[in-house]
Amino acid sequence: MSDIWHGLVAAFRLVISFDADLIEIIWLSLRVTLSAVLIASLIGMPLGAWLAIRRFRYRRIIIAVLNALMGLPPVVVGLIVYLLLSRSGPLGVLNLLFTPAAMIIAQVIIITPLIASIAHQAVRDLWFEYHDLLISLNATSRQKMLTLLLDARRALLTAALAGFGRAVGEVGAVIIVGGNIDHATRVLTTAIALETSKGNFALALALGFVLIGLAVTVSLATHGLSRTERGGTW
Amino acid sequence: MKRLGARLIPSLSLGFALAVSGASAQSQEMKLAVTTSFHNSGLSDILVPEIAKDLDLEVQLLVVGTGQALRLGRAGDVDAILVHSRAAEEQFVADGFATHRREIMYNDFVLVGPSSDPAGIAEAADIGAALSRIAKAEAPFASRGDDSGTHRREISLWDIAGVDVAQQSAWYRSVGAGMGATLNLASGMNAYVLSDRASWLNFGNKGDLALLFSGGSQLLNQYAYLPVNLARHRHVASESARLLEGWLTSGKAQALIGAYKISGQRLFVPNAKEADKNS
Amino acid sequence: MTGLLPLSVRKAEVILRGKRIVGPVDLDLDVEGFTIVMGPNGAGKTTLLRMIHGLVRLSGGEISWNLPVREARTRQAFVSQTPAILRRTVQDNIAYPLILGGTPRRLAREKAAEWTERVGLGPALQRQAVVLSGGEKQKLAIARALITEPELLFLDEPTANLDGRSMKEIEAILGEARSRGRRIVMATHNVGQARRLASEVVFVYRGNVHEHRDAAGFFDDPHSDEARAFIYGDIVE
Repeated sequence: MSDIWHGLVAAFRLVISFDADLIEIIWLSLRVTLSAVLIASLIGMPLGAWLAIRRFRYRRIIIAVLNALMGLPPVVVGLIVYLLLSRSGPLGVLNLLFTPAAMIIAQVIIITPLIASIAHQAVRDLWFEYHDLLISLNATSRQKMLTLLLDARRALLTAALAGFGRAVGEVGAVIIVGGNIDHATRVLTTAIALETSKGNFALALALGFVLIGLAVTVSLATHGLSRTERGGTW
Repeated sequence: MKRLGARLIPSLSLGFALAVSGASAQSQEMKLAVTTSFHNSGLSDILVPEIAKDLDLEVQLLVVGTGQALRLGRAGDVDAILVHSRAAEEQFVADGFATHRREIMYNDFVLVGPSSDPAGIAEAADIGAALSRIAKAEAPFASRGDDSGTHRREISLWDIAGVDVAQQSAWYRSVGAGMGATLNLASGMNAYVLSDRASWLNFGNKGDLALLFSGGSQLLNQYAYLPVNLARHRHVASESARLLEGWLTSGKAQALIGAYKISGQRLFVPNAKEADKNS
Repeated sequence: MTGLLPLSVRKAEVILRGKRIVGPVDLDLDVEGFTIVMGPNGAGKTTLLRMIHGLVRLSGGEISWNLPVREARTRQAFVSQTPAILRRTVQDNIAYPLILGGTPRRLAREKAAEWTERVGLGPALQRQAVVLSGGEKQKLAIARALITEPELLFLDEPTANLDGRSMKEIEAILGEARSRGRRIVMATHNVGQARRLASEVVFVYRGNVHEHRDAAGFFDDPHSDEARAFIYGDIVE
């Protein structure tokens, strides 16, 4: 119990002191994960909508694979991305290994299946309701997808936040492809792993609380923004 | 339909701005893979800023086990490595991944265990005897088990003690983790563990553990610097790696290394030789 | 301009999972009129309308309009019994078909505001449509169907589950639409409503068209026992 209390106190001290290193780490965590969520949403949401409205032979298999990929261990993703981006790997010339871009790529791979699956479920339910109307109005596939995605925006927001939560708290992949380099690729989770390995539990825990605070802040901010944007109550 | 676009575009540009603004402004960078034991000592926190000052070179440290460090070097993902596993280093040079190996400094390994010392290793004459006592008492022992430099050394020490740990099970716990995680585990189950002195001194979660045995040439831990061979990987920052080697072996760096202390104890003994290019 | 009608349906049928839901149906729809599709619940009224409009695939037979199929689809509208309500404002719901069809957004919204007024939803223009009452949702759906000025409007039980006042208002809207030249085909099992609106009746029973006659003739002298029983309010299984 006392360890947790010390962690809370240390977290509080860290935050109010505006520790420059901490700010840098938080900023990088946000930068990497928000970029990953954005890219994963741009891939996963249309993919989910497309799977909901199109009927084709391998649809079920793709959905099953997507659902299975949600459980993919991040370490495996990290290893695969490392092997791809390594100077000896097929994409080595891009020189992306141990950069924030590599971490973004790994996180995109980790959360795209999650976002696509949630989007697929939400859009499928809505499609069931909108089906007759959209068919009757001769909507094109593109129009169907855009309408469904726009009208499922609440569920999609949840999908994006779920993706954010999984990505921002993920350590296994980003430590491999980012390398946890101080002032370059160190994010909250890799800093926590480092401090834990040094036995500095109070500091590790403090960073953990900062991470939780960050996730809560992002979630609240997102909901706040989306409500003011919409103005309606339903 | 346009509204969705109108909503997406600001967030899109925000995302790209976020992704791009991280570009570093440093003039020169190089990547150096180091072992966790070296990083845990805290010495890098002293050396890296001095290097930046003297050479205008930003050394980015990748803190990994020896096995992974060698792997990164082989793949050309780092420009140089600083590790402590002589046989593996010599193989690395023989395979042509580094042009040479340059000794920088050494520290030592220590045996840590429950302060009550149930196996009585504190009175042992040498490391072989100390390990035999642990085996005889079947006292819990936490092994890194991760093919790191420390793990390889541990295996060779068990050989010296004449104990075949592959045959043991109940008391010999292979953790498969870094030094810190292994120390955390040893602290949790009050087990004996082999650690480098630096990691032990800097470790914040000692619990009931105490340093019980140290000393003897068999516990010395030599660190060597290996620049990745430009002939193997055309892209490596070999000039920076050469500069760094020169700096690490310079009088100033060697003095900094020798003067570094934790809790009043000296940790490293600098032993770089001038212009020693073949070893 | 060539018209959508007449329509000719020949031996059309819908079979789902081995079960015949509708057909084989022969049916002709003329250029003029207000067709009421009547019959007990489960007789296949909904599937018949959906089949003609093209929302369910034909298992057999054919449906031929006076126009190529692609063009025919753009000149019809369909209002379901429980219409889909887009998660948007009333105005954006009603403007939606025009925007899909490429009408500039401003113009579409102006026209939508007009139609919102016409069906009596004026005060709700900027409200989120999903919070409307059942009757208001039907009016919205009808406005959304009429805004494209379709030649032919299908309605599937638009006043089922509505109170008398809403029913009266909706019937008035449909009456006005008819007077402006809309051809209407509407399913209902409300005999009183059928008597008020119909110029002709299609009586559907067990997935088939049993009678297709002018309204007066049908109500005065139904041919089949089932139709007679239905008109007089007896139980028809």
